[in-house]
Amino acid sequence: MGPTHIADEVDAEHELDLYRRMQLIRRFEERVYLVYLQGELPGTLHQSQGQEAVAVGVCDVLRPTDWITSTHRPHGHALAKGVDVRAAMAELYGKATGCCGGKGGSMHLGDPSVGMLPAIAIVGGGNTVVTGLGLAFKLMRTDQVAVCFFGEGASNEGAFHEGLNFAAVQHLPVVFACENNLYGASTPFHQISLVTDVAARAAAYGVRGVIVDGMDVLAVREAAFRAVSDARIGAGPVLLEFKTYRFAGHSRGDVRGYRSREEEAEWKERDPIVRLRERLASTFGAEPLDETDAEIEETLDDAIEFARNSPLPRAEDALTDVYATVIGSEATP
Amino acid sequence: MTVAAAPATSERRLTIAEALREAIAEEMRHDEKVFLIGEDVGIPGGFGGAFGVYLSLPEEFGHDRIIDTPISEKAIAGAAVGAALMGMRPIADLQYADFLFECMDELVNQAAKMRYMSNGKLSVPMVMRCPVGTANRGAQHGQCPESYFVHVPGLKVVCVSDAYHAKGLLKSAVRDDDPVLFFEHKLLYGSKGRESAGGMDLTAHVPEEEYFFPIGKAVVKREGTSVTVVATHMSLYRSLAAAEELQQDGIDCEVIDPLTLLPFDEETVFASVRKTGRLVIAHEDTLTGGWGAEVAARVAEECLYSLQAPIMRVASRNVPLPVAPVMEQAVVPSMARIKAAIQRCCEG
Repeated sequence: MGPTHIADEVDAEHELDLYRRMQLIRRFEERVYLVYLQGELPGTLHQSQGQEAVAVGVCDVLRPTDWITSTHRPHGHALAKGVDVRAAMAELYGKATGCCGGKGGSMHLGDPSVGMLPAIAIVGGGNTVVTGLGLAFKLMRTDQVAVCFFGEGASNEGAFHEGLNFAAVQHLPVVFACENNLYGASTPFHQISLVTDVAARAAAYGVRGVIVDGMDVLAVREAAFRAVSDARIGAGPVLLEFKTYRFAGHSRGDVRGYRSREEEAEWKERDPIVRLRERLASTFGAEPLDETDAEIEETLDDAIEFARNSPLPRAEDALTDVYATVIGSEATP
Repeated sequence: MTVAAAPATSERRLTIAEALREAIAEEMRHDEKVFLIGEDVGIPGGFGGAFGVYLSLPEEFGHDRIIDTPISEKAIAGAAVGAALMGMRPIADLQYADFLFECMDELVNQAAKMRYMSNGKLSVPMVMRCPVGTANRGAQHGQCPESYFVHVPGLKVVCVSDAYHAKGLLKSAVRDDDPVLFFEHKLLYGSKGRESAGGMDLTAHVPEEEYFFPIGKAVVKREGTSVTVVATHMSLYRSLAAAEELQQDGIDCEVIDPLTLLPFDEETVFASVRKTGRLVIAHEDTLTGGWGAEVAARVAEECLYSLQAPIMRVASRNVPLPVAPVMEQAVVPSMARIKAAIQRCCEG
């Protein structure tokens, strides 16, 4: 498990590690898409290519005992928080060895043992639940922090406002981490909100709102470090808005007809992984980066093999884990 | 946990409100992870929560554990769900069960499903107290929405109608590891100014010594041989009153308070129906899709050949609630309607 002391400075080795973790997410998403197209995965996929810097930069300043909530697009958050790659892959395959035993799937990836709730696939669903995590930490007088990942689309849900207001007035150790990728499915944010900076809404609740370049992992990390540190010492919640972009469509069948290829090209110019790789290559040369990439492919080869070879859940397992305390006839629903 | 023995000889009569307050205080003393959260629950000089259930608790437990919230039901429910996921045992309060619709996502999509989605790694040990019932408050402050939640796997649904079971069940609900919706009828709290309950004595014996009443267990409130009547809240008391009147006509009613609607104590109801051969179900929730329909279906599936007459349901009419008392009383199940249904059920 990671350290409990989180450094405020990032050295070159640490940057290489940030690269490794972003690249793991990127390649996980890309390879998952391929096996999906080959018909190996049930259900649908919401992929996060382009948004890796947010997941990695934020989770880099969290302790193993801190918690996150995620969304219908949770693969990056899960890997960044430390969900086992094999268990995440197996969950996408609907296998018994998955991190949710096949009951969660892509949209509910999570693992309490690493501080991640099953991802909440209702837009805004995590924004109220996260206040309860923070409230528990406050009442138990721990110094844990809870981070709520959500998209800009959630900021028009009542849950966003109720969660932020309650967290603020209770000074809860919560960080609201908005990934503003500009589109809610196909709808541009500017078309459904006159206030296009989600962070501006923080003022309405008396909390700090910060706009951050979500395509720069070091900028993400720096903003998250300060927000999490504030939350941890009882200074209350912060609303971070990461300006980012999803390179893929909203879900697997999306051909992205609602946005221009020019816009996509502009954002890809700012690819957080390419940017960091270029900088690191100028320090270390390409070799350690190529080695890292090769290791990631091996990790993913292994995870896919593991998932393919894992047993399916038993059909009757669908009837378990509804209740902690089973009473009477509801034992066999 | 132990089920209480028969009441001790010395009577200690409490109202439901007093019994609930005792249960909460005992559980808060027992476990520091228990806390209260809701609107107007602990404000000094305030209301002590809706219907005064929390009066005096802030003085003993302080404002860290009795948390006053904004008027923000999604935040209340979300905070309760999240805190429960982290091992706390919140008792949340919505003042009026009608406000449950403000936080359906937190209850139905989150509380009910987190255990399942996590493959059994998480649990949500929370209680949501929900006052229900018609009391001249109209369409948005008098509904009995229990049946919506009976439909949700992962939730437990309790309806209490007397002080003894209110206390024993609330203590069990707080210690239960699953989310429990705890429905209480506004006219049954027994606090001042509730004469609209019909002048009934709403106190019941509550023993001094600690006890629990298990979730998922019904009680037979009145034994009889002619017909089984299953009813909750005000409908329970109206059924008991009807039973007394019908005794003179030779109809001997067995009246059952199910207490828990989910999971439902089928065995107690099936055993009674097999004995009486007749079933009437009475509830203040509206008729269509009400929990009585589920009970009727289960009895039809399991006990059809024991039945000597069609199952009868008495429920609120399928309309929103009006305020004018004359209209309101025409909507909710009156004693007369329950009595007529029992008589009809016993004709065949």
